[in-house]
Amino acid sequence: MKFNQVAVGLIAFCVSGMVAADQIRIAVASNFYVPMLEIARQFELTSSHSVVISAGSSGKLYAQIVHGAPFQIFFSADTEKPLALVEQSLADDDSLFSYAVGRLVLWSSAQDTDVESLLRNGTYSKLALPNPRLAPYGRAAVEVLMSLDEGIEAESSRWVLGENVSQTWQFANTGNTDLGFVALSQIRSSGSQSGSYWVVPRQMHAPIRQDAVVLVGYEQSVAVNEFLDFLKGHKGQAIIYAYGYEAE
Amino acid sequence: MLSDSDFLAVWLTLKLATTVTLLLLVIGTPIAWWLSRTRSWWKAPINALVALPLVLPPTVIGFYLLIAFSPNGWLGQFTQSLGLGTLPFTFWGLVVASVIYSMPFVIQPIQNAMETLDDRPLEVASTLGAGPVDRFFTVVLPITRPGFLTAAILGFAHTVGEFGVVLMIGGSIPGETRVVSVQIYDHVEALDYAQAHSLSALMVIFSLMVLIGLYLFQRKGSRSVMRYGV
Repeated sequence: MKFNQVAVGLIAFCVSGMVAADQIRIAVASNFYVPMLEIARQFELTSSHSVVISAGSSGKLYAQIVHGAPFQIFFSADTEKPLALVEQSLADDDSLFSYAVGRLVLWSSAQDTDVESLLRNGTYSKLALPNPRLAPYGRAAVEVLMSLDEGIEAESSRWVLGENVSQTWQFANTGNTDLGFVALSQIRSSGSQSGSYWVVPRQMHAPIRQDAVVLVGYEQSVAVNEFLDFLKGHKGQAIIYAYGYEAE
Repeated sequence: MLSDSDFLAVWLTLKLATTVTLLLLVIGTPIAWWLSRTRSWWKAPINALVALPLVLPPTVIGFYLLIAFSPNGWLGQFTQSLGLGTLPFTFWGLVVASVIYSMPFVIQPIQNAMETLDDRPLEVASTLGAGPVDRFFTVVLPITRPGFLTAAILGFAHTVGEFGVVLMIGGSIPGETRVVSVQIYDHVEALDYAQAHSLSALMVIFSLMVLIGLYLFQRKGSRSVMRYGV
């Protein structure tokens, strides 16, 4: 008797789970992974839906989506890849929006260092930056370096390229390079109090806009829209801001 | 088909694999010899240590090397005290990492070949007045040659296919640390699938040829000394 009750209870629980709560599957660029975890956590407190997050480089996530990965929203680290999905009719045109604008930071693991003058005077042995071919932060970093007019050709022998901002952060954080161009959000998400950094002024590079898009078939999903409303709302924006991004 | 930077990556990869294979044959032979002959309690832990890179994810090896190689890490301190600077983002950093990464693929085939070696021929050579070095080159090496060949081929091929470790400590510097696997990764990440295809196809053909060569060669020998792997 008791066993039956438990079994019925379990089945009821599973069925209710399937009916009421949807699972929202999100693909997010690595640099936004930590803020996204926080947003998802806060969202789940207020909603019956749950969020499943897959993090990776935008290029890899893009390739996976093109080949049928079961994601519902794609948060890219750039603007090109969501647009490319729209052009291939894999994503919904109307849903395309910029969810964050990143801030570029020059960082050093050394304490109390004027990193800006280290860069301007060229007094460093190695500088890490995200590969400009792959990462928007890398392109921004190259724009900054060009504007400093340090003679890019000669300088590039001292550059070490990370595959993305996370890896660039790793290189600089472990002290393997003196300086590293990383995202302000990484310094915020790492919670580390040590090291020195210089937030690169906005006007020194084009804005690092990060776009998101809803994939085809989920435009009408209640859960997806509820999540996007939350992200664009007060709480979502506050989290995004707290992690060192600016909202559009 | 292939761009200049692709060719640079191919050339760098071949240079890295050759250097690593030669180094591993030199370092691995005495270790394999000791492992094949010893009755010491240390045999099990050393065997495990040699086999460790087989089971560890390359990212784990790469991550720990990045920390150990850093200016404050113990290996970094050591190389700096020798006046060699630090190893990450350099060709020689990749060499050291690959030696660790490919070690089991070189040591195990040699060790297996040496374990099947009888003591008799060595004793005979010894009574004929051959010294240890002489015995190694005139008795051990000719008998265990298939094991050495397997070791060299596998060590080379495995280094060519290396990715996770290089990604962690390489820094994608053209001609220095940007090997073929990283170049392919860059192409894919940049959505340049056509370039990625040409290089990837080259890798598939190369790997297949190496393995076919290896198995043809093994069939011809068809002796138990050809075992390799864990």
